[in-house]
Amino acid sequence: MEIPKSFLGYKRENGRAGTRNHVIILPVDDISNACAEAVANNIKGTVALPHSYGRLQFGADLELHFRTMIGTGKNPNVAAVIVIGIEPKWTKRIVDAIATTGKPVEGFSIEGVGDIDTIAKVSKKAQEFSMWASEKQREECPMSDLWISVKCGESDTTSGLASNPTVGNLMDKLEPLGVHLCFGETSELTGAETVCEKRGKTPEAQAKFKKTWNDYNDFILKEATDDLSESQPTAGNIAGGLTTIEEKAFGNFQKIGGCQFIDVLEPAEEPTKGAGLYFMDTSSAAAECVTLQAAGGFNIHLFPTGQGNIIGNPIEPVIKLTANPLTAKTMSEHIDVDVSKILSREMNLSQAGDELIKSTLRVANGRLTCAEALGHKEFVMTKLYRSA
Amino acid sequence: MSNTDIIIHDEKDNVGVVVIEKITPNQDCNCWIMENDKSVLIQSKDEIHLGHKIAMVDLNEGDTILKYGHDIGKVVKNIKKGEHVHVHNVKTKKW
Repeated sequence: MEIPKSFLGYKRENGRAGTRNHVIILPVDDISNACAEAVANNIKGTVALPHSYGRLQFGADLELHFRTMIGTGKNPNVAAVIVIGIEPKWTKRIVDAIATTGKPVEGFSIEGVGDIDTIAKVSKKAQEFSMWASEKQREECPMSDLWISVKCGESDTTSGLASNPTVGNLMDKLEPLGVHLCFGETSELTGAETVCEKRGKTPEAQAKFKKTWNDYNDFILKEATDDLSESQPTAGNIAGGLTTIEEKAFGNFQKIGGCQFIDVLEPAEEPTKGAGLYFMDTSSAAAECVTLQAAGGFNIHLFPTGQGNIIGNPIEPVIKLTANPLTAKTMSEHIDVDVSKILSREMNLSQAGDELIKSTLRVANGRLTCAEALGHKEFVMTKLYRSA
Repeated sequence: MSNTDIIIHDEKDNVGVVVIEKITPNQDCNCWIMENDKSVLIQSKDEIHLGHKIAMVDLNEGDTILKYGHDIGKVVKNIKKGEHVHVHNVKTKKW
């Protein structure tokens, strides 16, 4: 198949392009959720992103909170942003950082005003933003404007056999076109960590990966338990035939095809080394991982599943594919791309990769994903440790 | 091409994955090795469902399970060729 050279996206002020045109109402903290949701309820064409944190965090955990908030606002799938916090200082820090993109952004704080007057004031601004964004048109954008993140979930052996390698095939075909790519899931590379490390393009990238994985493993051994048997693999994985974390890891690893990663990113960190594949240090919990990748600036997500994960994200469209014929049948409303014919050998990997590229472009051009049509908007902050 | 019942990733692997709804005891199964596009036959000893693994050779306690050509865990209970391979007879080497 000849790969298309462009897609229809929304060009942003800073030169990036979005596959979506959201106006988001972003609460800085948990207690501002009610206000944000009320505004989104008042003003059509806006979406609130409620979450559970943002108070009394400190150190690296607080920095990650800011990075996630700011990155979400900066994402090119977002046309304009309203930030609401309980107090002005942290709110302003987020507003100022998002404003560097040149997109419309305005902050509000609730303290001394109360919810009701804040909601009234914010609603007026949100209406202005929503109507402004509604006039944005899709334009032809080069493929290199696609920033594709990947993460698999509710994996089973069909993931490693077919759906993950399909994503790998897409990566092999799109990497030469200057696409940004990102995989994560530090914990789910356990068992394949030395093989993965060797995929670093430079000694620096390899060393950075090794340190990231070792830090994670030390944390598991020290803080949690010496056995992840209830979590890795999960009950769903085991039902699907996956026996050990090593087996899961080698299956997971198929998602990057033959690509080498050029850098290792902190959670929610924006890549700065140009086009190519990046590894991001993330949890393997689906919503946490995709939220971090979206905050890193990725504008479309590929999600292979075996037993049927149903996750979505409020700003980054999540395309699901499965190679499990039972899942494709029993959970069809969640599956965007069915590659189960690979298992019956009626389709080869390259054909499946082509199908996935076509579907990815349809979604990039505006087709709703299953998760979007079903209203999945999981926005989940990663928290590194308890608050002060 | 005959129907494929089991797929094996790598020639070195000592397990394969069932890719039809299930295989039944004493069923003659067609296996396809992805790496070299070869086919082999195996007779199953157990009922094994879609996505679950079958032993391609006799395996003894302490042996390493190879899949994708890599070490994915250790045998903790002897397994006969054609039997179901899963959490009851294989464990991680990690924890």
